[in-house]
Amino acid sequence: MTDIADRQKLSYIAAQAADARLNVELETEGMTLNIGPQHPATHGTLRIIVRLDGEQVIWAEPSAGYMHRGYEKLTEVRTFPQVTALVNRIDWLGSFANEVPFILAAEKLMEIEAPPRAQHIRTILFELSRIANVSLFLGDLGVQLGAVTPVFMAFRDREHVLNLIESVTGGRFHPNFDRIGGLKDDLPAGFITECKQVMKKLRNFCDEMEDLLFGNEIFQSRLRGIGVIPAEVAKQYGLSGANLRASGVDWDLRRDQSLPLAYDKVEWKVWTHPDGDSFARCWIRLQETREATKIVDQLLDTMPAGPVMAKVPRIIKVPEGEAWVSTENPLGEMGYYVVSKGDLGPFRVKIRSASFNNVSIVPWVLRGVYVPDVISILASLYFILGDIDR
Amino acid sequence: MNLAVTIPYWGQSLLRVLGGTVAVLLPAGTIVYLFLFKMMSFMQSRLGPMEAGPYGSMQLFAEVGKWLQKEDITPARADKRVFRAAPLIVLVSTFLLVAVVPFGPDAYFTQFDAGIFYMLAVSSISTLGILMAGWSSANKYSLLGGLRAAGQLIAYELPMVLSVLGVVIQAGTMNLQTIVLKQNSDSIFGFDGLGYPYIATQFVGFLVFMIAVQAELTQTPFDMPIAESELVSGYMTEYSGFRFLIFFIAEFATAGVFALIASVLFLGGWGIPFSWFGWDSVDSIDNWMNVAGPLVMITKMMVLAGIIMWVRFSYPRFREDQLQRFAWKVLIPVSLINIMLTAIFKVAF
Repeated sequence: MTDIADRQKLSYIAAQAADARLNVELETEGMTLNIGPQHPATHGTLRIIVRLDGEQVIWAEPSAGYMHRGYEKLTEVRTFPQVTALVNRIDWLGSFANEVPFILAAEKLMEIEAPPRAQHIRTILFELSRIANVSLFLGDLGVQLGAVTPVFMAFRDREHVLNLIESVTGGRFHPNFDRIGGLKDDLPAGFITECKQVMKKLRNFCDEMEDLLFGNEIFQSRLRGIGVIPAEVAKQYGLSGANLRASGVDWDLRRDQSLPLAYDKVEWKVWTHPDGDSFARCWIRLQETREATKIVDQLLDTMPAGPVMAKVPRIIKVPEGEAWVSTENPLGEMGYYVVSKGDLGPFRVKIRSASFNNVSIVPWVLRGVYVPDVISILASLYFILGDIDR
Repeated sequence: MNLAVTIPYWGQSLLRVLGGTVAVLLPAGTIVYLFLFKMMSFMQSRLGPMEAGPYGSMQLFAEVGKWLQKEDITPARADKRVFRAAPLIVLVSTFLLVAVVPFGPDAYFTQFDAGIFYMLAVSSISTLGILMAGWSSANKYSLLGGLRAAGQLIAYELPMVLSVLGVVIQAGTMNLQTIVLKQNSDSIFGFDGLGYPYIATQFVGFLVFMIAVQAELTQTPFDMPIAESELVSGYMTEYSGFRFLIFFIAEFATAGVFALIASVLFLGGWGIPFSWFGWDSVDSIDNWMNVAGPLVMITKMMVLAGIIMWVRFSYPRFREDQLQRFAWKVLIPVSLINIMLTAIFKVAF
């Protein structure tokens, strides 16, 4: 690992070398193009500086931090139960999934475990937020490639999922529903039948997307063989989630670690793809949406009875210690390293969010591609700005 | 046409153009715009414009009003005169294009024997406007968009010309009015109930023409020059206010005009098969065709414009190199073979 000064030096040398190559080979001037901070392809305010030779990228550098909100620092002046209200704004499309690893870390320090029914509902909401998140990705993918219709279908069907989340938690985007030791409330009446219908709709949506986008020749020719990330490189850059599985690495935290979540009680498949290109990344996400609907269906069938809250003191004081919990969030591995000094609030929280690492591969993967492919590769890497900048 | 006063030819032409613009283009533009917007909204499971007027029918006027109120911004580093002129050139190309389209036996703006030649020549003026817009905006995205547009429009001009040649060979004329008359008075193997629309024999030419039109209009799947998710609308990035409106109108109007031209060339234009009413020559056509003709034309144009928009809203876009490869390696050879076959059949039969 090189330190920051060294890395800056290296990137400066790379830029110089790119210029030199231009001037020697083609005797043309290069052009520096700022993609972002305000650009529709960056889902927010990510800035990517690319050096172009014609339309070919010879050097690229992401510049994050335009939307840094300082959540790691803010957690230090909050009590433990208050932190969830902050962290579910990190990945704002799958908010509930952000709360879970933090709560699990706090529970690990307190050495309590949520009752089985709470674990089930947690897992259901976790997967629902994955579906809400990834279904929007599928629609947005179309927009990035110029197809306008899929995004409307995605919004239409995500609405059903958001309504479900709202019916349980009261909040569509920021549920703030997870509690240390369980959940705020039980499921509302009629949730199970409604949820099953919605899952059917979502499976239809996936089929629709497969017809409309993934089966389209133009779509395939735009994504196949573009932005190939070999497994070794993906591991070196710390990619996680679907981006890593698309490179053929069979790694899924839902299956590979035993957390107090209900994943071990259901049958599902971890999809991998050998290609590692943009198409593989998108295809993996499509399959994962399908798997998520299956997981939810099975969990609804095997829902245990009982309370949704363990016995916790009224005022939560987390004993002294350190804990690291990470889960497989919609965007990839998300983890919290929580240090407690026995106070009401955490002493220090380190947030490991998936998009930050996923975007770190941008300089490597963008080198030598054309401008249209920059957009499709960024779309297929799928980052959310809140998840990069925290 | 017999009138009480004698009007010189230029006066007649002027009257035709003014009258045509008011009587045909404005209502047609409004109807087509509304129809297309509603159609694409229903495709995307939404209602589309609903507020302006009954069922959103006044949406076009609302939008024109909105855009006219906006500030007309010219970037400080832009080449100001070129920047301001560019949208007008694009719009002028559209209006010049509509001038040769016949709407009825007497309802045409102008007709002359080099009609198709003129149409193909005039349609490439818009390339100039787009390149001007891209280059003068002093914006890197616009520059990329303008360059892409120039490359693409030149590449797709060729299959367009070649696909039209098949019709020219069959009709034996480049006069659009004569092409319409021929299509409606000829017969297929002695059966004259349908006339002889050239789509029957020139289906390949029709397909190539429609694909080339899609590319000329820079509509998805060929909208690399605009690419709103990538180049942030390319050459239009820096435009605002009524200059953007002009680009916007030109985009829809050109789609309509190319649909008109396609219906003239391949679908029999304004005519209904002459055998239905027992007409045997141009002079025997009843006068009411001058009113019914434009309606027939607009119906056909709606169908074709609907297809253009349908493709636009269901396909993702090509990459620049794939797009060029498609033009040079698929469309041009196909249309060349089409011309060859047409010529052989023309000589043989």
